[in-house]
Amino acid sequence: MSDTHSNTVSYVRDSMLPQQEPPLKDRGAVKWLRENLFSGWLNTVLTLLSILTVWFIIIEIGPWLMNTVWNAGSLRECREILDGTSGACFAVIKDRWHQLMFGFYPPEYYWRPVLAFVLMLVAVAPILFAELPRKMLYFSALFPFVGYHLLWGGSIWLPVAVLLGFVAGYIAFRLLDRMSSLISTLGAVAATLAWWFLLAGPFNAAMTSVLPIGLEFVRSDAFGGFLVSVVIGVSGIALSLPLGILLALGRRSEMIFVKSVCVVFIEFIRGVPLITLLFTASLLLNYFLPPGTSFDLILRVIIMVTLFATAYMAEVIRGGLAALPKGQYEAADALGLDYWKAQRLIIMPQALKISIPGIVNTFIGLFKDTTLVVFIGLLDPIGLSNAIRADTNWNGIYWELFIFIGALFFIFCFSMSRYSQYLERKLKTDHR
Amino acid sequence: MSDAAAAERNIDTSKMQISDEIAIQISAMNKWYGSFHVLRDINMTVNRGERIVICGPSGSGKSTLIRCINRLEEHQAGQIIVDGTELSGDLKNIDKVRSEVGMVFQHFNLFPHLTILENCTLAPIWVRKVPKREAEETAMHFLEKVKIPEQADKYPGQLSGGQQQRVAIARSLCMKPRIMLFDEPTSALDPEMIKEVLDTMISLAEEGMTMLCVTHEMGFAQAVANRVVFMDQGQIVEQNEPKEFFNNPKSERTKLFLSQILGH
Repeated sequence: MSDTHSNTVSYVRDSMLPQQEPPLKDRGAVKWLRENLFSGWLNTVLTLLSILTVWFIIIEIGPWLMNTVWNAGSLRECREILDGTSGACFAVIKDRWHQLMFGFYPPEYYWRPVLAFVLMLVAVAPILFAELPRKMLYFSALFPFVGYHLLWGGSIWLPVAVLLGFVAGYIAFRLLDRMSSLISTLGAVAATLAWWFLLAGPFNAAMTSVLPIGLEFVRSDAFGGFLVSVVIGVSGIALSLPLGILLALGRRSEMIFVKSVCVVFIEFIRGVPLITLLFTASLLLNYFLPPGTSFDLILRVIIMVTLFATAYMAEVIRGGLAALPKGQYEAADALGLDYWKAQRLIIMPQALKISIPGIVNTFIGLFKDTTLVVFIGLLDPIGLSNAIRADTNWNGIYWELFIFIGALFFIFCFSMSRYSQYLERKLKTDHR
Repeated sequence: MSDAAAAERNIDTSKMQISDEIAIQISAMNKWYGSFHVLRDINMTVNRGERIVICGPSGSGKSTLIRCINRLEEHQAGQIIVDGTELSGDLKNIDKVRSEVGMVFQHFNLFPHLTILENCTLAPIWVRKVPKREAEETAMHFLEKVKIPEQADKYPGQLSGGQQQRVAIARSLCMKPRIMLFDEPTSALDPEMIKEVLDTMISLAEEGMTMLCVTHEMGFAQAVANRVVFMDQGQIVEQNEPKEFFNNPKSERTKLFLSQILGH
């Protein structure tokens, strides 16, 4: 068609060309193979080398994994069953399953952490998936209190008293809503703190003496295994995101005092190793507290891990904020939105979306860092693996325990990563 | 030159009336960026119903001037009174003025994470506290007016530049502003799309909206404006009604500018 006119200067196309399929070598599996595996001699060599490596790993580890002993009471028994052949001894996981999951939590109450875990999934679901009914968020808001009570037990009035603090804050916020948003926010914070420090204690004591209901109290020492990792990890994740947002906003604030406080906090926390903060939590914090207060160790660790993650989170979110074009702030201003509304409705949804990879990165890092608590004597899975090896029955077993622990951590972290990719796809609004 | 917009339609001037009521009063206003004196002794009065085109070479401070009117930029000396409210450090006054003054930007600045409809209803719902359904009805009304109601559920990234700019105009109108500011609304658009945006602006003028437009569309200025303001080096050099301004410019600087932009 085109050669008809190729030599003439004046040219009018009389018919538009229909769309055609690409040639065979440029579509389907052939194209994929050519582009991804054999696009040049170097890539062909690398592909073959990779295949060899994978093959080698399977050949080496496969038989060991396939030949697993699942039922044995000790490493010696395992070896007798294997009778000299190479094989894994995952019997240790079966033997110590409960310990790896719950540590030394009283066996008769195992249902409590299990129930708490299931409820946690229910509470997290509406936050992760916008399709679910929004009413479920009420349960999500209640879950921290329910979860706390299920895990630690004690008088039910303690979590209720703490919860009422938030209710007090909300009422104050509503009452002051007519004023500027700054006044109502300050009022809400003041009301919450006033309730906690002045009234919550007497309220708790009074209600407990009148109506002593609640689950059996379980001390933090009894917590162990993945229970510890999940409690610290999930609390840290849930707290570090909102705090990180506030800190990032603070660092970008034009109010010099707010800004300095945030900068100093972020730089200090980022400049100190987490393990130092954890030792501070376990050893030093008690010196600063009034004598006689026993401040739960897990709670202290959660605070430290949260502070640590918050500093990183703030910087990640600040990156997202900096990436937003100035026009977005101006458009929000020009429409008359005040600072907090603009942040909440315009700026944060976009900044957080940009920051998703970094945020999830921080979450994953935080979750894996929970294994550091082994150094301050908490029996997380790594700590338990040492304890299990200290038993003569399982003395000398390494691979199976670490593979199991690693696999479980991998499942948690990989799900977070997959979820973040799902979210990025879902929030992509520039497709045509 | 795109006189197209003006030539192709007959402009209905019946509602384009200028009242004696003062909409914007700027007196002895000065602004500096650091030590750079961007706006020098600006005095300007805008009556309700006026359609003013501000032009001038780039860097002459024309965008800065209209951005001062809703305090996207802060002025350091002098006075700006919008609808009887003086712009000062008082946040309440600023929010009040901003909710009365609509602004359209060169780069549209739509919110990319919200649909077109949500872009239009956000401010009425959160600033004016209009119930959601009512806000959506208003939004659809204005989207129909800018002729893109069928795009309401799309995202800004899925629209062409001209469509985005029309959405931006609709978004401002949803706040029922009494004054509209346009900051080079067609400068980032392909030639084919300029007309659709100008048409929208013309129909707005026909309804008697008070408008301040920074633009290089001289066709638009001739057709719609009742006054053209020429700025250079942060000062108002000349202002006149369009016919006089274009046919009989007084200042040398204006003549040079006009010869450059009309000369090709």
